[in-house]
Amino acid sequence: MSRLVAFAAIQGGYNIVSKVEGKYKKALATYNADTKVGFPNTAYYLPVIYSLLGMKVETLEDMKKPLDFARGLLPPHVKGAHHLPYLGPLLDAGMAALLAFEIEEALRYLEQPDFYLHSEDIDEASGKIWLGAADDTVFRKRGVEFVDGSAPGFAAIVGAAPSPEIAKMIVEEYQKRSLYIFLAANQNGTTVSQQLLEAGVQIGWNTRIVPFGPDISSAIFALGFANRAAMAFGGIKPGDYKKMLLYNKNRIFAFVNALGDVNAEWAAAAAGCVNWGFPTLADTDIPEILPTGICTYEHVVANVKHEDMVQKSVEVRGLKVTVSKIDIPCAFGPAYEGERVRGADLYCQCGGGKTQCTELVKMAEMSEIEDGKVIVDGPDIKDVKPGGTFSLGIYVQVAGREFQSDFEPILERQIHHLVNYIQGVMHIGQRDISWVRISKAAVEKGFSLKDIGVVLHAKYHQDFGKILDKVQVTLFTKKEDVDKITARARAEYKTRDERVEKMTDEAEEIFYSCTLCQSFAPNHVCTVSPERTGLCGAYNWMDCKASYEINPTGPNQPIEKGECLDTVLGQFKGVNEFVKKASRGAVERYNLYSLVIDPMTTCGCCECIAATLPTCNGVMTVNRDYAGETPCGMKFTTLAGVMGGGASSPGFVGHSKYNITQKKFIKGDGGLERMVWMPKILKEEIKDRLIARGQEMGISNFYDMIADETIGITEEEILPFLQEKGHPALSLPPIIGG
Amino acid sequence: MAEETKLKKVVEAKEAKAEKAAKLADPVGASIDIATQEMIRRAQELGVETVFDRAEAMKPCNIGIQGTCCKNCAMGPCRLPLTKSADGPDDRKGLCGATANTIAARNFARMVAAGASAHSDHGRGVAEVFMSVAKKETNDYKIKDPQKLIAIAPNFGVATTVEVDGKTVDRDLDEIALEVAEKALNEWGKSSGNLEYLKRAPAPLYERWKKLGVLPRNIDRETVEIMHRTHMGVDQDYKNLVKQCTRCALADGWGGSMIATDLQDVLFGTPYPLQSEANLGIMKEDHVNIIIHGHEPILSEMIVASAQSKEMIDYAKTKGAKGIQLGGICCTGNEILQRHGVPPAGTYLQQELAIITGACDAMVVDVQCIFQNLANVAKCFHTKLITTHPIAKMEQDNAIHIEFDEHHAMEDAKRIVTMAIDNFTNRRVEVMIPRHKATQIAGFSVESIKYHLGGTFRGDYYTLNDNIINGRIRGIAGVVGCNNARTRHNEAHIAIVKELIKNDVIVLTTGCNGIACAMEGLLTPETAAVYCGPGLAEVCETVGIPPVLHLGSCVDNSRILLAATEVVKAGGLGKDICDLPAAGSAPEWMSEKAISIGHYFVTSGVYTVFGLHLPMSGAPVFQNYMYNELEKIYGGMWDCEADPIKHAHKMIAHIDKKRKALGIDKGRERVLMDMADRQKLESA
Repeated sequence: MSRLVAFAAIQGGYNIVSKVEGKYKKALATYNADTKVGFPNTAYYLPVIYSLLGMKVETLEDMKKPLDFARGLLPPHVKGAHHLPYLGPLLDAGMAALLAFEIEEALRYLEQPDFYLHSEDIDEASGKIWLGAADDTVFRKRGVEFVDGSAPGFAAIVGAAPSPEIAKMIVEEYQKRSLYIFLAANQNGTTVSQQLLEAGVQIGWNTRIVPFGPDISSAIFALGFANRAAMAFGGIKPGDYKKMLLYNKNRIFAFVNALGDVNAEWAAAAAGCVNWGFPTLADTDIPEILPTGICTYEHVVANVKHEDMVQKSVEVRGLKVTVSKIDIPCAFGPAYEGERVRGADLYCQCGGGKTQCTELVKMAEMSEIEDGKVIVDGPDIKDVKPGGTFSLGIYVQVAGREFQSDFEPILERQIHHLVNYIQGVMHIGQRDISWVRISKAAVEKGFSLKDIGVVLHAKYHQDFGKILDKVQVTLFTKKEDVDKITARARAEYKTRDERVEKMTDEAEEIFYSCTLCQSFAPNHVCTVSPERTGLCGAYNWMDCKASYEINPTGPNQPIEKGECLDTVLGQFKGVNEFVKKASRGAVERYNLYSLVIDPMTTCGCCECIAATLPTCNGVMTVNRDYAGETPCGMKFTTLAGVMGGGASSPGFVGHSKYNITQKKFIKGDGGLERMVWMPKILKEEIKDRLIARGQEMGISNFYDMIADETIGITEEEILPFLQEKGHPALSLPPIIGG
Repeated sequence: MAEETKLKKVVEAKEAKAEKAAKLADPVGASIDIATQEMIRRAQELGVETVFDRAEAMKPCNIGIQGTCCKNCAMGPCRLPLTKSADGPDDRKGLCGATANTIAARNFARMVAAGASAHSDHGRGVAEVFMSVAKKETNDYKIKDPQKLIAIAPNFGVATTVEVDGKTVDRDLDEIALEVAEKALNEWGKSSGNLEYLKRAPAPLYERWKKLGVLPRNIDRETVEIMHRTHMGVDQDYKNLVKQCTRCALADGWGGSMIATDLQDVLFGTPYPLQSEANLGIMKEDHVNIIIHGHEPILSEMIVASAQSKEMIDYAKTKGAKGIQLGGICCTGNEILQRHGVPPAGTYLQQELAIITGACDAMVVDVQCIFQNLANVAKCFHTKLITTHPIAKMEQDNAIHIEFDEHHAMEDAKRIVTMAIDNFTNRRVEVMIPRHKATQIAGFSVESIKYHLGGTFRGDYYTLNDNIINGRIRGIAGVVGCNNARTRHNEAHIAIVKELIKNDVIVLTTGCNGIACAMEGLLTPETAAVYCGPGLAEVCETVGIPPVLHLGSCVDNSRILLAATEVVKAGGLGKDICDLPAAGSAPEWMSEKAISIGHYFVTSGVYTVFGLHLPMSGAPVFQNYMYNELEKIYGGMWDCEADPIKHAHKMIAHIDKKRKALGIDKGRERVLMDMADRQKLESA
């Protein structure tokens, strides 16, 4: 009976808004009205309020407007007989509750600044297990996974399961399906988060199990995450609530699981989530709302058995997820990618400076190898003592009628995350500097090195079946064999690197488009050329080429670059035509090598954003991992907010980290010589390549000329440094109007 | 002896005739409504004649009913009944040679003209009041819903924002009001262009009208042109006549009626759902009962305000009454129901009965659907019958005329209410008010339906569409219109609506159908579980709505046009109104307004079925044109079916035909989306 839900949720809405009004009044009595409030490191204020109502809450005083708005949304109570329609009122009451929750959480940040741990990981030892609002760095990093599909959606679980085992079972089923699991609220003091810890499950952003908070109000962090994704990647404008909510309904596959008794406050929260198109599935006997409309399918489904919860949830949300069925003793999936194998959990390891660990993928003749064959040549895990080390050479041979040696590095790069996908196994690094750590739990389950081969064989076929027919894996563990394969691999790497280094935009007639992120940023089109890798950092020209071979109708399409209209700025006739069509006329042309004149469009998933610094006559760039201020006056997240969503914004451009040291990087504006400021972490990350590129440009100490935040975070602060170092940008023609 | 026999025969014949004249209606056969049955019996006990008795005594004209009697010139009336032997060519013609098709089409056209005039004059009256409000010439009326004014202004090409120092700011509301008033009033007689509101229709529909050359030029002109064309010896091609009917009817639905609805909402508020009651049982013996009957809300709004004032309630108490009970009849009743929850006392056919309760202290009437016999009935009781409109007076001397003027609106209203209160102590016969009444949820509008389909943030007709697409709701029906004493009161209304909702068709209602459904309890949310098919019941339960949504008076049929347009816009059900799985019905029609309404629905793309009969059966070629060929031209067509169940199933068959064309005749599969599917989503 929907009427009962409406009755309860509207009651809940009143309770929540009244409670928060009380708390707000108390806060006003304690603090000055102009006291700053907000969630840590975000450019989106209180994101739900900002995204839906367009109101920026920055001070205690600012909270009044949205709180009054929430009060105004509360509808009349539902009468017993001959009641008035209640669906609209029910959804409004839910929304009122959620708006109030966001204010309640902001008040908590003000009053109990240490309640939440501002981190991606919990600190179990000191009892800090609640992470609170995701800051913009976390949200952007994780948001990209929603964009590229590696995370198909999220399950918001409120309450507690009847036992830790059931909690673990449900959460692990979601993990296997690569969903994020957001946890909030308690059931009589018990929470799923605590249950998982009890059951020995690693929780935190890295395992995609995020303990937001112990109260129902902390569920608002899940919605703040979703709405920020819509603003950052979907280009939805703050205050455009209709588009915002429909974006969520159509593109963000989230839902709520209510575990335990549903009280009026939960009912209000669930009703609020329906506004987003997020349905609720409960394990208790609550009234169901089955017709469709606001959500894609059912709105409230009750009495779901715990063993059916995961399957039923994705079905009700209309989500297709595939569970990788790979015949190994451990669980497998992207959710385990970020899982750590810490010292106490470690059984044995290879690489990491202790021993050699090398990976190599090579093309083979069809007749040369046997598909599915996995050879462990030398001792296996069982032969290694606890705490021991061993050498490892992962040698993968691939054959196929469509296979080209150019695809070798692409497949090789997969090894890192595919091995990481194995629960209880951690992989760091690549090529000849790999490091594999195997946990006691994995060994207990019967993990063997053979399983690495099984995984690579299965996943290569799954993801690259179009370009390969056979995969054979050999795992060398005898030191002499590993050394031999390492020597061979190093020669291969060198040849490959040289080939890629030599590739130029001039030499290739075909560029590739990338619309992978159109599921989130529907207006954005990337053009990837050999000397301009995708701005997300994930796709270079070769990847796009392989992707096109694998899926000819997929997101990477060949673009005949056509006549070069401007060699300096990098404008091509064919590219312009393609972009005009793909952007439905919104973008007529863009330049591949300029941020000043008609730069390429940018979506919210770029790794870095470059901006002009007129006073310094140069440019700066900032990567998304850097949360601080920058000399252009905006943090990364503000920049991304301003220009993401498929806009071409002169003076700014999104790019990958790798692109910085490519030769064509902002060539039209003077090239890398313009670079006057970078965050220290970015500078250090690409130090070697920066130095090499500097030498190539004939400036041997170029690396040291680039300012960072230790020098200053305003143009005025860094200019003397640049002058002192004799930075080449200062003697270039004026960057604007030059 | 022979003389005597002859005299005896004459006397016998006279007696027989007298007996025949006194033939009384069978109360149960006359109405399905128990309150009505009780009151017919009561009337017969008291010897007061009602419409039900007269319907027994006088049969309709057999030729007029076929639509083939022409009295447009003094050479006639020429009567062209359909001959029983239909063999051979149809060579029936009037003196001038007019064929049965021409005659039926001309008669039809004049009905359209009369109906459209009624609605349009109503609209003009509202527009004039709105103008005096905009000019601030009256203090009694105010703009109650500025949001609606801002919403409709762009449809008249009136800007709602202005540029000040390069910034866009909201325009002064008084300025907007004045310009809207000017533009609106201009619609009745402008000398060039077409009606502004036509562009509110879905684009393909507008383009079709344009292509066919049926865009109305102004509201009045199309009526005048019908009168000209149907004059002796002008338009003698039924197809060309129907084209003009279209122009005239569209000028009603998308013109006069729509402007009336919109400006009434601006002045008196857009309806939002509210609870009320219906039927004669709403009258109270110990209260001053004022029954408001007719069609316009301009006066009734003031009467409501006056009757609810402390001053008047106190005055009523001094006369020994406990308070003042207002009740509505016909569409004035619907107007004050929708906006104030004033309960309707009954439908069109119950107007005399309200007086026969003996408790009606005043019946206030304005225009349309008012029986002249009310004066005769009122004479038998203490009831003051007050006519208020300069164009609607009565010859009987007991009818009191208090002419209503918007400039002294409150004053006039007070005078009327005072007169009713003063009359409370004059009650003569024993009061007999039937106990029967039902609760109803009324007050739906395009805006409030939208809100209730998803609230402030997600309110959208797509919620409805989605449930049509998934098959829970089979389709949408507009069931509207009058009562007709030639058929059992409310029987077809209720049977058709029940059959539709049983088959999961959601019903939008206006006019007397709305009141009939309310009296039967069909306008309560609880009714869904009792009468609806499982799919519709589930949706009603989810939204908390009745399966029958009351959209107001007969000018509010324009709300149905706009609701249909919203459904088209929400997507998934085609591009035009004629693509929708929808149908219209007027089960117990009687007025010329119904013909105009029917024709604007048909030519807006709606399959529209009338009950009883349609005055075209005497001209089969014309009838075939209206029933079949119009579909190819407008996407909608006329039909007629007296049997309520067959009537409903003709509508359902049409709905199913449209579902099939849309490809939603099979159950919808659950589509599970993966990443590739999401990448294919169009940009938001």
